[in-house]
Amino acid sequence: MSEHVLEKQFVDLAHQSETAELGIWGFIATEVLFLGGLFAAYGFFRYLHPAAIAQAAAHTDLKIGAANTALLLTSSFFMSWASLAARDGESRIVARVMFVAAALGVVFLGLKAIEYTDDIHEHLWPGPGFSLPTADPKAGEVFYFIYWLLTGIHALHLMAGIGAILVIANRARHGVFTRAYHAPVRVVSLYWHFVDIVWIFLFALIYLPGRGG
Amino acid sequence: MNAALPFLPPSASTIAGEFNILFAGLLAITCAVLGLVVVLMFRFCAHYRRNNEAADRGHQTEKSWHWEVGWTAASFVVFLGLYAWGANIYLREHHPPPDAQDIYVVGKQWMWKIEHPGGQREIDALHVALNRPVRLVMTSQDVIHGFFVPAFRLKQDVLPGRYVTLWFDPDRPGRYALYCSQFCGTAHAEMGGEVTVMAPGDFQQWLAANASDATLSGDGAVLFHKTGCDGCHGAGARVAAPKLAGLYGGPVALRDGGSAIADEDFIRGAILEPAEHQAAGYEPVMPSFAGQLDEEQVVALVAYIKSLGSAPQ
Amino acid sequence: MTATTIVELPRPRGDSYLTDGTTLSSWLLTHDHKRIAILYCLSITVFFFIGGAAAALIRLNLITPRGLLLDAETYNRIFTLHGVVMVWLFLVPSIPTTFGNFLLPLMLGAKDLAFPRINLLSWYLFVLSGVIVLAGLIGGSVDTGWTFYEPLSSGYASGALVVVVGGIFVNGFSSILTGLNFVVTIHRLRAPGLTWYRLPIFCWSTYATSVILMLATPVLAVTLLLVAAEHLWGVGVFDPAHGGDPLLFQHMFWFYSHPAVYIMILPGMGVVSEIVPAFARKPLFGYHFVAWSSVAIAVIGFLVWGHHMFVAGESIYAALVFSFLSFIVAVPSAIKVFNWLATLHKGSISFEAPMLYALGFILLFTIGGLTGLFLATLAFDEHVTATYFVVAHFHYIMVGGMVSAYFAALHYWWPKVTGRLYPESWARFAAILIFFGFNLTFFPQFILGYLGMPRRYATYPPEFQVWNVFSSAGASILAAAYVLPLFYLTWSLFRGERAPGNPWGATGLEWQSASPPPTDNFERTPRVTRPPYDYPEPAA
Ligand code: HEA
Ligand code: HEA
Ligand code: HEC
Ligand code: CUA
Ligand SMILES: [Cu+2]
Repeated sequence: MSEHVLEKQFVDLAHQSETAELGIWGFIATEVLFLGGLFAAYGFFRYLHPAAIAQAAAHTDLKIGAANTALLLTSSFFMSWASLAARDGESRIVARVMFVAAALGVVFLGLKAIEYTDDIHEHLWPGPGFSLPTADPKAGEVFYFIYWLLTGIHALHLMAGIGAILVIANRARHGVFTRAYHAPVRVVSLYWHFVDIVWIFLFALIYLPGRGG
Repeated sequence: MNAALPFLPPSASTIAGEFNILFAGLLAITCAVLGLVVVLMFRFCAHYRRNNEAADRGHQTEKSWHWEVGWTAASFVVFLGLYAWGANIYLREHHPPPDAQDIYVVGKQWMWKIEHPGGQREIDALHVALNRPVRLVMTSQDVIHGFFVPAFRLKQDVLPGRYVTLWFDPDRPGRYALYCSQFCGTAHAEMGGEVTVMAPGDFQQWLAANASDATLSGDGAVLFHKTGCDGCHGAGARVAAPKLAGLYGGPVALRDGGSAIADEDFIRGAILEPAEHQAAGYEPVMPSFAGQLDEEQVVALVAYIKSLGSAPQ
Repeated sequence: MTATTIVELPRPRGDSYLTDGTTLSSWLLTHDHKRIAILYCLSITVFFFIGGAAAALIRLNLITPRGLLLDAETYNRIFTLHGVVMVWLFLVPSIPTTFGNFLLPLMLGAKDLAFPRINLLSWYLFVLSGVIVLAGLIGGSVDTGWTFYEPLSSGYASGALVVVVGGIFVNGFSSILTGLNFVVTIHRLRAPGLTWYRLPIFCWSTYATSVILMLATPVLAVTLLLVAAEHLWGVGVFDPAHGGDPLLFQHMFWFYSHPAVYIMILPGMGVVSEIVPAFARKPLFGYHFVAWSSVAIAVIGFLVWGHHMFVAGESIYAALVFSFLSFIVAVPSAIKVFNWLATLHKGSISFEAPMLYALGFILLFTIGGLTGLFLATLAFDEHVTATYFVVAHFHYIMVGGMVSAYFAALHYWWPKVTGRLYPESWARFAAILIFFGFNLTFFPQFILGYLGMPRRYATYPPEFQVWNVFSSAGASILAAAYVLPLFYLTWSLFRGERAPGNPWGATGLEWQSASPPPTDNFERTPRVTRPPYDYPEPAA
């Protein structure tokens, strides 16, 4: 397999790259609606039970949440660096910074795993064993239902992102990307920024209610 | 009713009359539009068929925008008219007259339970008096059901977890079908019954014949004591809890700064989810009674609290 | 495909996409949009007949008031299967995945879609979803209807619900990826000179459809995810027993499903906009208006979902707004109907099978659409919602309209796709039979609904029987009429006459390629210099 194949339906590499980029923007648009639906359902529930949600949200682990936010922001910085390096055709630099970004993502997942274990020990897994004293006991449980769903889906996206980064970084290591051809780097980095932004919303909506004031 | 080919359902409410006129109007417009489409299509197809050499095909219309604007505007105007007509009737369908008689309906898989204020209970049947507006206060114990009486041209989904209302003014005596219109599981098709519209005298007789020992609000009063409500809301209670007399129908100031109207749904919520219906100026000490009371008991309590008097209008 | 064994009219091997590779894997691993279209066509045909068999059981059962052969629970499972299969496994993918896939690159003068591998992935996801959904529906017992209303589905349905819902979730991915592929392709792969206003209307309507696929399907996916999670965990945001709100489910479901009904009509409108000019030998009247009306339907279609909830307990103000918007969204459909009619004016019209289907589409869609206006009228809906009136409304549009459009497309492009001609008189006969069988099946349902017969009833009061018998009689004609094309089209594959490149004398890039087209579609990338439907005006 020769590396930068020009697929037959495109005129040239620029045409192919721009098309790939439009594709990932479209994909991100669908993701926005997917996660937007989830956030909307959560928002509506919170509007129905503001007090209980505030109490339940106070039991999330703010320290880990904040640390993870910092980690993702940093990794996004490295991804931007990778994009810039790719534009200059510095394929090996791309590989190095992308590995750093992926590593930060892995640390994120590690911290998340610790947080999940704690949550389970604190009986925050919805179901018969759930216990959390809130104004409305059921509403607290529903908050954690949403918490697991949202953070779980985000973690899946992150894993997909890490996988994609590793594949592309590995190609970069072999010096595949040039000034003319580096669309895959742009595509994964756009996706990674998106996953990062989702986390920021998630952090604000899941970890912060009921805290301060 | 066993006409060979039934076309029209019976009409037995004041709304049904207006509805029938609306239907006639819709039908007329539809037939006119459909007729136009059919006539144009068949004329063009016949006249401009390929083997009709005689047809004049020259001078085809080039500028099309005035045609476009024409038919767009025409459709729009017709649509606007239909909208206004339907909305007008709908609004009246949703504003019960103040003197309507409240009757309570609880749906469950797969039956309708009806409770009259006088304590009469029925299952899958509803008796009402001629020319006496009725307001149904309805809820479900499990899934969503639909209360549907074709002769009244009315329908309302009945949801668990809240009260919904439906009113009508029956204007023809007779027996009319009642259906469950929202799919609710295996025996959905069997969940129906009959609405009987009776002359006022007959209805009084029916009420008397089916009277039970206690009225609905009487049942509620007993529950109010047995469940311990009066421990807080009763006359000599030591807990600071709002007095419930004169609550119904008035505004309630809420703890979070908002306000609500104390309709049936609010009172139900206050009993089952007090945390989300906190009255201002009181400690949030009222426990939730969700799980302890079934919907019929809640209905009785609501009827009782309403019987304590409404807020002045 | 060993059609090459026929001796007359020899073609060099590898000349067409059909002969370019004959092994099974050359089909199952193909990246060629034309072959993927064929794969889709075969799969949705299977699903159509599964859904149709369920319809046959429904109609059979409703011949007698107490139910002819099914108990209530089985009946409920059958109509759930019918609705789910017909919507997600047949009608949503129908025209987009077959003719959209096949024609879009040809109409754009491109060699393939933008992302051929993703296109193949979509097909695999689609088939996988079909298998999962059918396993859940047939193996388990899911009887919620295609709408999965809460709290019935999470609180009271069997565990197989999670399987079915999971299958539809996978199906959603397939839809999203297809839509994305089309949108990007139309933006980026148009041949030189092919400006937006030179695109055939089919491309415009596919574009509008694809945007809906991309933006509405994710909301369905997340809604179903919430249903499944609620079913598994026993808590969630929809069931009032946990403090949730069942109307939230309905809002989220219809936020997808109303736009989805336009997914199920826009491609059909596109097909009709190709066929009417071709058989009237005349440019499409009001091209710009027809093109933009598709976009208008797609956009406004996102704002009317609440018209499914007029009696569900939404506020009366919401009902007023949604009713109004439902009338507004009907305006662009009206524009289309009038423009098709105006296209016939001064045309030179011939009535081959595709044209018969297209004319049938216009009539039946108009009836379905006009009864949609009845439903949008608030007071009227209060009586007929959840009755057979609604069932008749949507079958008129989806079966009378969209399925007719699918058949129209199938006959119109059959020579291009297969390189063969089908027997014309059989095809005309089937088209006419479908039209009559259809009306006999579904017109009585309007009357039933108006009389008050609720839908989803396994048994019904005896006074409704007459109309039900009519409907079932019609359905048996319809069934026969739908089976017919299966035979003569299959026959034509082997015995049909060879088709020339452009059998209808139509304009459009796809007709400039060979029948069947070569793998790369065009020898040289075409250069477009004229508007579509460039039929010459006859001298006066
Ligand atoms: C392809 C599918 C499709 C399409 C295109 C439509 C199109 C329309 N639909 Fe339909 N609909 C469904 C599929 C579809 N529908 C389904 C599946 C359901 C039920 C779901 C369920 O509950 O299971 C449903 C239910 C449904 C309801 C809810 C009914 C209920 O449950 O109570 C309503 C209410 O407003 C409605 C309205 C409309 C309207 C106004 C249009 C309009 O877009 C129609 C516009 C077209 C025209 C109007 C015709 C052409 C116009 C002219 C010729 C112009 C001239 C006219 C005049 C001047 C009057 N539909
Ligand atoms: C989207 C496309 C679509 C299509 C194409 C159809 C096609 C048909 N549909 Fe249906 N239908 C729906 C979508 C569709 N439907 C939906 C969404 C619902 C709502 C479900 C719900 O409430 O949840 C519904 C519901 C529905 C009902 C209401 C059920 C109820 O509420 O109780 C009925 C009743 O008559 C019906 C009938 C038919 C008929 C007769 C056809 C015919 O056009 C079909 C004709 C085709 C054939 C008959 C195939 C031929 C095959 C054979 C002949 C093989 C036969 C094999 C055996 C008999 C073993 N459909
Ligand atoms: C432990 C004391 C207590 C008991 C027992 C109790 N309540 Fe209450 N109730 C309160 C208090 C305090 C409030 C005001 C704060 C609030 O709204 O929660 C209240 C509020 C209400 C309200 C809303 C009134 C308003 O003005 O907003 C209703 C209705 C009500 N209770 C009905 C009942 C019924 C019916 C029962 C029995 C089934 C009951 N309560 C049992 C303490 C109690
Ligand atoms: Cu109750 Cu259907
Ligand atoms: Cu709709």
